[in-house]
Amino acid sequence: MGASQTRSEHPSYRDLSDKTGFSLEQITNLHKRFKQLSGDSETISRENLNSIPALTDNPIKKQIIDAFFDKRNQHKGEVGTYGEIGFEEFLMVMSHFRPPSLKTSEEEKKAMRKEKLRFLFNMHDSDSDGMINLEEYRKVVEELLSKSGNIDLEAAKAIADAAMLEVASTSMPDMAPDYFYEGITFEHFEQILSGLEMESRMHIRFLDVDTVTMRCDKKQ
Amino acid sequence: MGTFYSLGWRGRAAQCSLLLLLLCCYNGGNCEAETPKAPDPTDSPEGVKPFQNEMPQAFPEEEKAYLPVFTMDYPRIQVPFEFTMWVLLASFAKIGFHIYHKITIWIPESCLLICIGLIVGGIMYSVKEEPPAVLSSDVFFLYMLPPIVLDSGYFMPTRPFFENVGTVLWYAVVGTLWNSVGIGLSLFAICQIEAFGVQDINLQENLLFASIISAVDPVAALNVFEDIHVNEQMYIVIFGEGLFNDAVTVVLYNMFSFIADMPTVDSADVFLGMARFIVVSLGGFIIGVVFGIAAAFTTRFTHKTRQIEPLFVFMYSYLAYLVAELFAISSILSIIVCAITMKYYVEENVSQRSCTTIRHVVKVLASISETLIFFFLGVVTITTEHEWNWAYILFTLLFAFVWRGLGILVLTQIINPFRTIPFTMKDQFGLAYGGLRGAVCFALVFTLPDTINRRKLFVTASIAVIIFTVFIQGISIRPIVEYVNIRRSNSEKYNINAEIHTRTMEHLVCGVEDLCGQWSHYYWKDKFKKFNDRVLRRILLRDSRAESSIVSLYKKLELQSAIDLLDTPMGDLSAAPSIVSLHDERMEASRPKKKFPMADTKKIQNILAKNMYKIRQQTLAYTNKYKLPDESQPREILIRRHASHRRSLRAASFRDPTSQNIPKSQRYFSLQPGSDLESAFVIRRRSHGASSTRSAIPMSTIEERAQNPLPQNSTSTEQQEDELGEGAAARGWTPEDPRENTVSNNPLLRK
Repeated sequence: MGASQTRSEHPSYRDLSDKTGFSLEQITNLHKRFKQLSGDSETISRENLNSIPALTDNPIKKQIIDAFFDKRNQHKGEVGTYGEIGFEEFLMVMSHFRPPSLKTSEEEKKAMRKEKLRFLFNMHDSDSDGMINLEEYRKVVEELLSKSGNIDLEAAKAIADAAMLEVASTSMPDMAPDYFYEGITFEHFEQILSGLEMESRMHIRFLDVDTVTMRCDKKQ
Repeated sequence: MGTFYSLGWRGRAAQCSLLLLLLCCYNGGNCEAETPKAPDPTDSPEGVKPFQNEMPQAFPEEEKAYLPVFTMDYPRIQVPFEFTMWVLLASFAKIGFHIYHKITIWIPESCLLICIGLIVGGIMYSVKEEPPAVLSSDVFFLYMLPPIVLDSGYFMPTRPFFENVGTVLWYAVVGTLWNSVGIGLSLFAICQIEAFGVQDINLQENLLFASIISAVDPVAALNVFEDIHVNEQMYIVIFGEGLFNDAVTVVLYNMFSFIADMPTVDSADVFLGMARFIVVSLGGFIIGVVFGIAAAFTTRFTHKTRQIEPLFVFMYSYLAYLVAELFAISSILSIIVCAITMKYYVEENVSQRSCTTIRHVVKVLASISETLIFFFLGVVTITTEHEWNWAYILFTLLFAFVWRGLGILVLTQIINPFRTIPFTMKDQFGLAYGGLRGAVCFALVFTLPDTINRRKLFVTASIAVIIFTVFIQGISIRPIVEYVNIRRSNSEKYNINAEIHTRTMEHLVCGVEDLCGQWSHYYWKDKFKKFNDRVLRRILLRDSRAESSIVSLYKKLELQSAIDLLDTPMGDLSAAPSIVSLHDERMEASRPKKKFPMADTKKIQNILAKNMYKIRQQTLAYTNKYKLPDESQPREILIRRHASHRRSLRAASFRDPTSQNIPKSQRYFSLQPGSDLESAFVIRRRSHGASSTRSAIPMSTIEERAQNPLPQNSTSTEQQEDELGEGAAARGWTPEDPRENTVSNNPLLRK
């Protein structure tokens, strides 16, 4: 984890920068973090990510970790999961969280938004069939409410059911009463969340300054 | 206030005759017939009053002194009476506006109040009377301003504020400085022009005046912004800027008024000014924190004396204000910081009733103050002596506008790279246009010492600027914002999915941040939260078990809900629908509900919000200035608990799981009508919009359920207010009946 390593990887950094949109400094920082997480090896496995202490309180920890290993988030058209990921895959997943700057045009903003929505969708659609069905949605809501311990499973189910119905009736208003609504497709997902402002919520400010070594007290 | 006495008879008569239109209270017909006299309390012609001053007795016959059957003694009650009358008059005006709802959409309330003030002022002027001298600066700063600021501070939306604190302070400090200096210098340049006849105003005086004018007043601007629901960042920036620019204004004002007396200025004074600014702002902050913590600590011990709990909030915050005034430190800053610090801890320590009382009283006091201020603004406009100078005033207006626009533009360019959501041009326009001036400016100009020879001109100019901005900008800002299409907050479009996914995203972002170790302000929040849990809560809270904060809050909400339920009129008491009517309703089962009542969605949102990943806490983003924060969520939680409780009492029943949990108001899709029978319970009768969707249900189950006993819902209401004890614990969550197969019972989702 030193300067020498980063300099030798500059050419590939440039490729990564073009692909993911990060700046070179940001990539350097993230690479440092990657090394930290992976214990200096080239790839990260699930156990590495599972062992991060700060994530233990997060109710959707499992989905987050899975998202990193999900092939769909690599935008290569593949489906399935990796056993381990390399730095490039790590960066690709991180790139979903870039904030728009003042320079991004409207189309780019739309594309980013769609990407972020797609990321969310993939997170929920755990069986990769392109649809979020009721069970998966229920699981989502349960996990969200799981850490507080005060809302019982029935409430979670109720909320999930209500949400499903909302999607159903909003996207297919002429549905016959006994129609079986199988699941939320990506189009419906987009539609129902059209009013939601994603730019402010799903972004991480990736700093250019080297923060990893600044916070040397944080045990990771 | 003592100069109430100086009103002559005719003035009082005029006032009283005016007020008589509103209230019949004054019986002194004699009053108007009297010629102006020294304030003698002799109203009644008959009999001899016991405490009278000398009244020339008729000589020589000594009449027999009869017992006075009816006497009047006006001057004794004069001061409080007239104060009450003024407050009432202003409040009636306020009621009047809100009855004609359309008016308040187009014309902000402050405008209307000023208008009424103008009318009353006109009346008073026409009878050649002085307005009551409540507009002395002491009265304003010591009595009228603190409630308003306390209200702003107490209900400040803390999460958006802390997320934007850098921006807010940047605009408040640097922006005000920019405005003052800019306006001052340009006005001085104008003064050099001989034609305008204001050459005798020197630079210091111009700067002094400019520092008064540049203070943006949040009161007026926020009314408008709330109504049009602008996006959160803009709201909080204007809000925060208006509150915190006081520190700068105080320093500048003191500095310039000091300098205005001095013949020369040197650089040492500038440095002293900066040092003073630091003292003022830091001092205000520290005083606020000290008193806030003192208040929190005091409420730790008040569980035996619940009645006086609200008192502490007000006394401590007022103390913070006064102590800061004592040291000529920014008192507004100190009271705001005190309110923010104290609110979190106090609301956990005090009882539910005290909490409600505090909120209500804060709102009431702020309302009164604000109303009175604008009202008096109108009155004083007419009744003071003005000195009108077209050039100076017009240029003041122009420069105020121009410099604000420039200031916002330049400052935003500098700060945008540091923001995650940069301000677009439209936002900037909104910010600049929302820079209304108001009451603080007005009061400050009255405190100008008389040594300034053009004082009246300044007064006139300030009033002109205030009236212009409040009326013209205040009225036009709504259509302009709509036309320009500034980003609004999307709260209207929220649906449950949006809420769920908002939460998901927050957790996601937090998780990924933790994962990639990026430092953001969440990190500081996290650190503060840990400090808070470990240190502050132990000291300041009576009951400081960290992880039970949700439980204790829940208990408090439950109680409040139970109390509310007793208070609310029990809506539609045709509660137990007969089976026949249910049968009819079933016939309409075919159309699924397409729209979800907003209130219901809100309730779901609130549940999700309450169960957030604990470290990142969501608080209310918006609070309307004239309403208390929405607390419909306690109802929801209570309903769910009761639902589970009832379920535990019930024998075998076939039930759609969703209907158990969603109270009647939230029935989203077809449910067994039998669940309506449960709504024979008062608690479950929330709203009755959802009865239209039903699916085919075997009749037997309805009857079966019809025979189910009424559950005991009295347990909640028997709880003591303070000692929750067994309340929540006794009603544990019951496990779901395994026979209730969730998926297949969902009529829309099954096949």
